[in-house]
Order: sequence, then C-alpha cells, then structure tokens
Amino acid sequence: MTRYVINRIFLLIPIALGVTFIVFTIMNLTPSDPGRIMLGEMADREAVSQLNRELGFYDPFFVRYFNYVAGAVRLDFGVSFRSGRPVFEEIFLRFPNTLNLAFLAVICAAAVGIPLGILSAVKQYSHIDTVSRIISMLFAAAPVFFLGMMGIYIFSLRLQWLPAFGASTWEHFILPVITLSIPSAASLLRLTRSTMLETINQDYIRTARAKGASERRVIFRHALKNALLPIITILGMNFGFLLGGAILIENVFSIPGLGQLLVNSIRLMDIPQVMASTLFLALLFTLIILVVDLMYSFIDPRIKAKYSKIK
Amino acid sequence: MGTGEAHNKELVIDEEQTTVKRNGPMKEAWRRLRKSVTAMIGLGILAVFVFLAIFADVIADYETVVISMDGTRMLQRPSLEHLMGTDHLGRDIFARIVHGARVSLTIGLFVTGFAVLIGGFFGASTAYWGGLYDMIIMRICDILLSIPGVLLGLAIIAVLGPSLINLLIALVIANIPIYTRFIRSTVLTIVEQDFIEAARACGTSDLRIIYKHIITNVTGPIIVQATLSIAATILSAAGFSFLGMGIAPPHPEWGAMLADARGYLRTDPHFMIFPGIAIILTALSFNLVGDGLRDALDPRLKT
Repeated sequence: MTRYVINRIFLLIPIALGVTFIVFTIMNLTPSDPGRIMLGEMADREAVSQLNRELGFYDPFFVRYFNYVAGAVRLDFGVSFRSGRPVFEEIFLRFPNTLNLAFLAVICAAAVGIPLGILSAVKQYSHIDTVSRIISMLFAAAPVFFLGMMGIYIFSLRLQWLPAFGASTWEHFILPVITLSIPSAASLLRLTRSTMLETINQDYIRTARAKGASERRVIFRHALKNALLPIITILGMNFGFLLGGAILIENVFSIPGLGQLLVNSIRLMDIPQVMASTLFLALLFTLIILVVDLMYSFIDPRIKAKYSKIK
Repeated sequence: MGTGEAHNKELVIDEEQTTVKRNGPMKEAWRRLRKSVTAMIGLGILAVFVFLAIFADVIADYETVVISMDGTRMLQRPSLEHLMGTDHLGRDIFARIVHGARVSLTIGLFVTGFAVLIGGFFGASTAYWGGLYDMIIMRICDILLSIPGVLLGLAIIAVLGPSLINLLIALVIANIPIYTRFIRSTVLTIVEQDFIEAARACGTSDLRIIYKHIITNVTGPIIVQATLSIAATILSAAGFSFLGMGIAPPHPEWGAMLADARGYLRTDPHFMIFPGIAIILTALSFNLVGDGLRDALDPRLKT
C-alpha cells in the first residue's frame, strides 16, 4: 500500500515535466517581447534588448526550457514580466480566493446533490423525483456565467440582499459559491440517482430486505455504501471542473483569484506567470485525483485487497 | 415511458420478436428512442435550432441586420418589431440569436466530430497494438488530462489569437485525449469479451472481427458520449467567448452576447436573458437526446 502511494507520488514528476513542456512550447510559439512588457512602451530599444538578453530570451528553445526546469527544481520559477515580483508570490496572493470558491462550491454541490439524488432514487417516479430531475436537467445545461449574471440581477440589483462584485467580506462569496456549485450539484444529483437505482436493483439489496432489515438500514448501510464509490470519483473530477468554472465566475463577480490572474497573464503573454499558474493548477488537480484514488482503498475493501496482493 | 405497457403486453412482445428479425439494431434503437418522452422533447428543441441555423440568412440578413449598428434603436424592450428587443448597438437580438445558433451548432458538431475521429484513431490503435506505443500515447493523454481543459484551451487561443477557427482548434485539442481514453477503454472491454474469442476460434479474420464485431459494438457508446459532449462543447465555447477568447465581435455568439450584456444588467435584463436561454435550451436538448440514446442503445442500463 505505501509502495503504491510512493509510486503514485513519483508519477507526479513526469506529469509536471510534461505540463511545463507543453505549456512552454505553446507559449513560445508566439512572438512576444518580455523586455517590452517589463519596461513599457516608452522604454528605449537598447534597454529592452539588453533586458531580453539578461533573461536569456534570445537563447535557443531547448536551452531556455532546460534553464526553466533547472530553475524550477530549485523552486525558482522566475519573476512575472508584468509586476516584476516572483510568480508564486502572485499566485499565493490570489490562490485563497480561488480555493475558497472551488472548495465551498464542492461542499455545496455535495450537500445538495447527493441527498436529493438519494431521495430521488428511493422515491423513484414520485413528484419529488420528477421535479428534481427536471430542475437538475435544466441546471446541468446552464453556463455558470449566465447563472452568475442572473444571481447578480435578482439578489444584488433587484432584491439588494447581497453584494455583487469583489471579495472583501464573506458575504461577497455567497453568490459566487452558490452559482458555481449549481451545475455540479445538478450533475451530482443525476449521477447519485442513477448509481443508487442501479444498486437498489441488485440482488443483495433484495436479500437485505428479505431478511427483515429496516428500509432506512437497507438504504444507508447496504445501498449507499456501495453507490458511494463512483460518486466520490465524480466529486474529485468535479473539483477540476470547478477550478475551470472558477475562472468564469471570478470574471463575472470581479474576484481577484487565480483564474483572473491566469486570463490576464495569458492576454499579456506573461510567460513565467502562465507557466507557474498552469503547473500549479495541474499539480493540484493531479493531487486531488490521487487523494480520491487513495480514499477508494479505505472505502472499498476489494481494492485494498488487490493492492496488498500485489505487494 | 411506462405508459400502456400493461394492456398490450402481448402485442409488444410480438412486435419485438418480429422487428428484431426484420430490422437492424439502429432501427430497433430508434423504435425505443421514440418511446422516451424526454428524448423526443430534446429532439424537438434541437430540430427548432437546426431549422433556425439552416435558414438563418432567410430569417435575418447578416450584413444589414445582424452586424450593422443603429444608434436610433439602442436597448429597446421586446416588441412586435424586435421580438427579443435590441442590444446596446441597436442590433436585433432575435436575429443575432438565430445566427448564433449557426455558430454554436457548427462548433458543437465540428469539434465533437474531429475529436471523435482523431481520438478514435489513437484510442483504437493503442487498444489494438498495445505495447510501447500504447504506453507513450496514454502517458501523453495523462499529461494533457491533468491540465484542466479550460486552461489548455485558453493557452492555445492566447497563442493563436481569438477567432472561430482557433477556438475550434483549441477545443478539438482539449477533447482529443478524452476521446482517446474513452474509445481505448471501450474497445478494450469489447476485445476481452467471450464472443470475440469465439469468433477467433471459428477462424474469423482480424479484419472481419474489427468490422463486424468491434465497430458495431463500439458505435453505440461513442454516439451517446458524443451527443452528450456536444452540449459540453457548446457550453465551453460560450465560456471562451464570454472571456473574450472566442469569437471576436461583431460576430454573433451567445457567450459573447452575454459578455456584452454584463454592463446593462440593471437597466436591460432582456439583453442577457435571451442568449442565456438559447444556450441552456441547446445544451439541454443534446443532453436529453444523449440520455435517451443511452437508454435506447443499451436497454440493460435502463433504470
């Protein structure tokens, strides 16, 4: 088991290398001029090319890539062309906002989607089931930024209950978190419903009922425990999806987060900032998937048995 | 779905036996699809949007109506003359939604089509050959999939510049690893099944096995996955345009229209509501049809 965990953590290295290589290649396909970005339009041409030379910008592609990786190993990811500050300083300044947004949205989605999905499955074809299925189908098809705009219109502009823009107080996070979580909650509801239905129709559920277990016990002890596995996978995947959605939601609500930093850096061709932000998000995403995979073995004894056999 | 099942049970069984013999699997699936109310609603909505997209030029002229500005009729409320009102540059919102349908459907179909073709090639060939080739391609997929799709798309568009073609390229590239993985695993589950071994034992040639057994069994899941991912593609294309990284103004795109509407939330909510509804309905219709197809193509999964 420990060996498996260590192996999986070592697998992060090729992924990190691959991600940096792909993004580095993409970003270097366009003509850009870091010296110009740093010194501004008014700077004198000599100074710009001098700075470009210092940054190693005129070196061949593979030399630059090698230098980047060599720096990254020493945790030196360069400075932002735009602000001149170390890129990770910029990232950690904004990351809490994005993390709050995505993390709270995952919790909201799970808190709403999973119970409603179970209810919908247990009471299949009832009114609750029909209504929650229709609403979840509608919301699963809605773009987050449209939901965000609707939220601002209804709750900020019309009712004036909540602030619309910024991230200064916790009240600013209510609308963004809720709108970001709605499509995830909807798809989670649909998934929970279908996996629960699949489980409920299994033979061992009939056995549990036949031996006289209470309905509550059948649903929570027997059915839910088995249906939970695919639900947890999707929850983990959803986190990545929410990081993407957070880019849009940060834009709608003007929240200074990682997504906004990334979009702005891409627009300005701020290569070190884009590289570091992408690498950071990709590693975060991979780590979450890893944690989800490891959680499996705690939930599903079959998988645990498989790993211990390999060892 | 369950309607009328009780009183003509005999008839249904009889029909099933005859149709299975006379019709191919596609016709059988269509017969089952027709029974699903939700799938038919989805097909209905979809038909309306396809109709609008095809006859967009008849409904509203592109040059004179869709992209020409008119300062005298800015931000009008919906009326008989302008069914959905006008936007901040005096353009008819209905006309822009109709032409936007063309853009969104093209993106959805084109991206999914190419991603399925390219992903299908890699997926099927890795499943077939295996070995080092399989390992290399799958590791590349792992890496690409560990970058959230939006990021990869954004980076590609940043390099190529925002335009329709570049948006298509970015979305295709972001979707290829997903399909490679999906088709590889679908092919692998089929290849490992007993009836393939039986066919081999009977001396069926590789080519005939691929053509007769593998392709026929793989098409169903791929069609379902593709239909569902058209909806996701349309949503993410709208997202890119919303960020100003998709289709450039003045061309009509629903996400870009929503971005324009942001500045007029307080005074002119009609400006944002119609493009939003258009996106939701299109994505919804593909989801409904996809769900219906899944049930129709694989009755075992039906719950």
